[in-house]
Amino acid sequence: MHEWALAESIITTAVEAAEKKKLKMISEIKISIGELQQIEQDIFEFALGEIIKSQDGKLRNVKTIIETEESTLKCKNCGNKWKFADIKKILSDDESESIHFIPEVTFVHTRCPKCGSPDFEITSGRGVSITSIKGKR
Amino acid sequence: MEVRVNVIEKRLRNVKRIISVASCKGGVGNSLVASSLALNLSHKGFNIGLFDLDLYGPSSHIILGVKKQNFPEEEKGIIPPKIHGINFMSIIYFTKDKPSPFRGIDISNIIIELLAITQWGPLDYLIIDMPPGIGDETLDVIRLIKKSEFLVVSTPSKVALGTVSKLLKILIELKIPIIGVIENMVITKSSFIENEIDKLDLTYLGTIYFDKNLEESIGKPDKIFKTNFMKDFDKILGEIDL
Repeated sequence: MHEWALAESIITTAVEAAEKKKLKMISEIKISIGELQQIEQDIFEFALGEIIKSQDGKLRNVKTIIETEESTLKCKNCGNKWKFADIKKILSDDESESIHFIPEVTFVHTRCPKCGSPDFEITSGRGVSITSIKGKR
Repeated sequence: MEVRVNVIEKRLRNVKRIISVASCKGGVGNSLVASSLALNLSHKGFNIGLFDLDLYGPSSHIILGVKKQNFPEEEKGIIPPKIHGINFMSIIYFTKDKPSPFRGIDISNIIIELLAITQWGPLDYLIIDMPPGIGDETLDVIRLIKKSEFLVVSTPSKVALGTVSKLLKILIELKIPIIGVIENMVITKSSFIENEIDKLDLTYLGTIYFDKNLEESIGKPDKIFKTNFMKDFDKILGEIDL
């Protein structure tokens, strides 16, 4: 359940941002999760809920919106573009699970579907970020 | 807004000291010094973590004789598996020891992810086995792990020192604490490295002589303790304030 650790980083960041902006209450946190993280949404939402409960009143009525950013991978060798979903089905459970923990090990376990190169880039769909925070001063 | 970096300090809050063992030059025995430091301190009863930050060429697991590369257990993050009493984290659990063709931005993202999700718990020391170079890994340790100190490894070679001194100079420039420099793989003792370290106003910690029997102990921590390498290293550790 490493989703908990990521959820904790969301709430820690939101609380710090609210303090900087002098918000007395946070009403909404919009979260973007890269598709490569392969987050288990139920677990992530549960973790967010539990961590929010443990915080002070500033987050009492907060609404969390989770959006998944689709992955795009681009080969530096041949220019081919593809999505993680296109290749996920050929991965073993261990390979897929490895990428779930550390998205960048996609460079270890996958190749460009067109030319077989490991030299590609993740142009979107990784990491965890807050895209917006709403609240009241 | 990237969020993972904001939780790193919290993950390391209960770690009393963080020592990055670094060289800048490959092939000087850096990983062996890092792993032996972890083994030595663990043997003395300290609670130790070892983090192999060499993402292209991890080798601490070979020195420690890690056979299984199963995924770490999950509990509000990932829990470093215990290897010979050491809490050991490495990219190998996720690469399964396959080749790792990472570029710079990927290296930084992996370091951030591992630091954000690894639950080290309370430790007396976290030892970081640094890869060669003063690129992404070194810069990220300096940026993300504010309380890290550096223990630097060189060999007696002018070639090694030419590179090692660049690491030392950047650490001095950035005012990063340097415990000192260990001279490893010494065959014939000379004062060259010690003099050069003195010129930088740093501490020369001591000499580890080349141990031709050391290779037989790789992967067998019980045997590493009995090597001349460990005897020399233990003498150095006895003389410095760790």
